[in-house]
Amino acid sequence: MSQEGPTVLEGPTALEGPTALERFINGVLPENPVYRQLLGMCPVLAVTNGMKPAMTMAAATAFVLICANIMISVMRGLLKPHLRILVFTLTIATFVTIADRFLAAYVYEMSKQLGPYVPLIIVNCLIISRCEICASKQSITVALADAVGMSLGFALALASIATVREILGSGSWFGLAVLPGSWPGWGIMVLPPGAFLTLGLLLGMAEWASRRRAAKLRGSG
Amino acid sequence: MGETRRQGSYIAQAWLVILLALLYGGALAGVQSVLSDKIAENKKRETYDVIPLLVKGADKEKTVELVIEGKDGKPARVYKIMGGDGGHEGWVVSGDGQGFADRIEVLIGLDAQVSAITGLYVLAQKETPGLGDYITGENFRGGFEGRSADAPLVAVKADPQAANEIRALTGATISSESVCSIVNGTLENLRDSLSSEAAAAAGVEPNLPEPAE
Repeated sequence: MSQEGPTVLEGPTALEGPTALERFINGVLPENPVYRQLLGMCPVLAVTNGMKPAMTMAAATAFVLICANIMISVMRGLLKPHLRILVFTLTIATFVTIADRFLAAYVYEMSKQLGPYVPLIIVNCLIISRCEICASKQSITVALADAVGMSLGFALALASIATVREILGSGSWFGLAVLPGSWPGWGIMVLPPGAFLTLGLLLGMAEWASRRRAAKLRGSG
Repeated sequence: MGETRRQGSYIAQAWLVILLALLYGGALAGVQSVLSDKIAENKKRETYDVIPLLVKGADKEKTVELVIEGKDGKPARVYKIMGGDGGHEGWVVSGDGQGFADRIEVLIGLDAQVSAITGLYVLAQKETPGLGDYITGENFRGGFEGRSADAPLVAVKADPQAANEIRALTGATISSESVCSIVNGTLENLRDSLSSEAAAAAGVEPNLPEPAE
């Protein structure tokens, strides 16, 4: 161990830990980033007034999460403890900027609609937490599986909230009418209060389902 | 000697950060060089779409693009707006500058004589959602219509009293002042060149201010 400065990580660490399949499955439901970890609340509330912006945000987040996890996992043996957050942030910011430019080039209208929420992916705690918890400690395969699982979980959460808000608020889903024209459209559902109400109710449902499942497992155990 | 050893130690510890900064910077430069034309094309298409909102009576299909030189010596693309009858209806120019959070890009509609603002459109902004991003709203943008293009505009927190005052957005003073500053700077830079173009098109001498002694 060095007598000067902090300890340098020596080679890949934490060879033990969840497998790639476990990481993938955990990210979708058991450790869902929105319903279980309550991460990424800003985009969850801001861009779920419709399915199209929600899925665009999910795709952009998935791109950043997967690329960042792979990059961090590749250089995990070179990370210094006191500089790792800086490296994470640098990596995440780069991929977010790339995603932002691609959206501005190929999905211009949606890029304008999402506005500052694409650059705000940089401060989405979901991404930096996966870099810290998984990518900086485990192999590329596990990091990739973790990123894909978490991305799917995030997309699932955004889709569930956006579905409720868009159908009740606009009577449509992905812009296509799903309710009869006589549906009045609950304006509040596409406004911020509707986002909080929907998120709160779905969080409650997720918690209830989780406790019910845990009780069943205890009962059968 | 101690100082040199410390500096060497810092570099030894931070070499990865330095290397990544260079690599990522290069990657971003590459992405920007590949995509900049496509993004510019998107903004140009949006500009053409909003021309009828900025200049009354405009026929966007008859718009003429010109490149003129501003007071800063740099070329600037401006749009000469023609009406359905082929008459010169006005101008649309673009301007940009620093907002509260990031760059703000605007399109400014002017009458043919470059004497009055006929409209304002925010092309790009990343201001605070729910506060600064209301600069895109009609309430704020409408305050620019009919204002003189000769006097600098000022954002005020109360109801405007003078002809050059614009009502600032509540909770977004900096965003409001930024838009005014961008409009003022753009007009100051391009006013003389546009007036010369307009006069040349009309076959009269431009009415430019006397140069300072």
